[in-house]
Amino acid sequence: MATEELTKTGEDLEQIEIQLLLEGIFRHYGYDFRGYAPGSLKRRLWHRAIGEKVESISALQERVLHDPEVMERLLLDLSINVTSMFRDPTFYVAFRARVVPLMRTYPFVRIWNVGCSTGEETYSLAILLKEEGLYEKSRIYATDINDVVLERARVGAFPIEKMRDYTENYIRAGGVEEFSSYYTASGALAHFEPSLRDHVVFAQHNLVTDAAFNVFNVIVCRNVMIYFGKALQDRVHELFYESLETFGILALGHKESIRFSRNEESYEAIDSQEKLYRKMY
Amino acid sequence: MTRFRNNGLMAYELVAMGGSWGGLAAYDRILPALPKDFPAAIVVVQHRAVDSHRGALTSYLQNRTALSVEEIGDKDPVVPGRVHLAPPDYHTIVEHGHFALSTEAAVHHSRPSIDVTFQTAADAYGERLIGVILTGANEDGAAGIAAISRNGGVTIAQNPETADKPTMPRAAIATGAVQRVAELDEIGPLLVELCGAGSPNTRSAA
Repeated sequence: MATEELTKTGEDLEQIEIQLLLEGIFRHYGYDFRGYAPGSLKRRLWHRAIGEKVESISALQERVLHDPEVMERLLLDLSINVTSMFRDPTFYVAFRARVVPLMRTYPFVRIWNVGCSTGEETYSLAILLKEEGLYEKSRIYATDINDVVLERARVGAFPIEKMRDYTENYIRAGGVEEFSSYYTASGALAHFEPSLRDHVVFAQHNLVTDAAFNVFNVIVCRNVMIYFGKALQDRVHELFYESLETFGILALGHKESIRFSRNEESYEAIDSQEKLYRKMY
Repeated sequence: MTRFRNNGLMAYELVAMGGSWGGLAAYDRILPALPKDFPAAIVVVQHRAVDSHRGALTSYLQNRTALSVEEIGDKDPVVPGRVHLAPPDYHTIVEHGHFALSTEAAVHHSRPSIDVTFQTAADAYGERLIGVILTGANEDGAAGIAAISRNGGVTIAQNPETADKPTMPRAAIATGAVQRVAELDEIGPLLVELCGAGSPNTRSAA
């Protein structure tokens, strides 16, 4: 009984430590993780704590607040940068079939690729637009909370050993060219064609604290909001609603939904499997 | 049930079940034993290919149980008497009263990882949780079983001697945290015994 009580106190204490750390990060660095979903947040914090060889969240707080480099590493951990080119090929098939025809009717297309991380999704979208003949009249605004990953996205070089998987994804995503024609292998890296970023603007944007900055025809935000708690998800849905023109398209991840969001009734699903929604009013 | 720590003082609200190689045949033996008014929620984490045919596992499970089966979407609520299936290519994280998904790196080459679901469920549900580790050819789930036990939950492993692939239950048992080793056919009735059978009405009738 005594140990059980201790364990319980231990858990509560950890909650306090996490809240204090997040409060400290917000006040010192301006990054606001307080509305993130607690389960994965705790996992990422402990991942960083172990990486920094400290044994408690309080000890991690000491490191994070006094050493910006530790904060930078934590930021990388918290912005889950595991992604791949043409992730979920069926999404790209649906995008070609349902969104591209709408885009053809516009004189100019503005796309917001939210949470672009190291750029795999952005380059995938650029390739798709190129093959559909829409790239020249498009501009992709690719944003992420983290400057370090944006710098890598701007370079557009991905590990060569991934190309086999990416090629397979690309073909299943409805790709019509030789995938290898889009990159040049050099050592361990595949450098993607510079023209693929001619129409891309990579910029830092924080969904939690920053406001709308443009009005878009298409917003692609896949597997980003899964890391947010419900209240924060509502805020971001509001931001997307403001940032989409009428009849604009919102693309979410396979297991995400606008269900239960306050803006639900403003959208019509144009592909409910692939989570493609159209803003109706 | 004195061997389990909870002693029936607190109802079990969630059963977390993890399977890998051979898992499908295992659910075929476990799920039919659960009555329509089974009072706890169930989360099933089955290792499977990224491109596994959409909905196939959901219907496979649905054909074997009176409970409703649903593949988990982000922030879906944990519903009593429902079988929640972890989707492919995401980790399923359990929070208080709902699920959250994550695309962080694979654990034990697996996404979904049983460890991730078990560990987060242990955090959120503590002694109201039952963890069941089934057949499989890797060691995913062992750390999760240890976490469930540490947080006061019940831990059950399929008998590795009779399992299709013994590695996974064996790894869980090796942590010293498994409270009950059971044959497949015993697991369903054991869950019913632990959780009670549904509403007060059906209980008094039984």
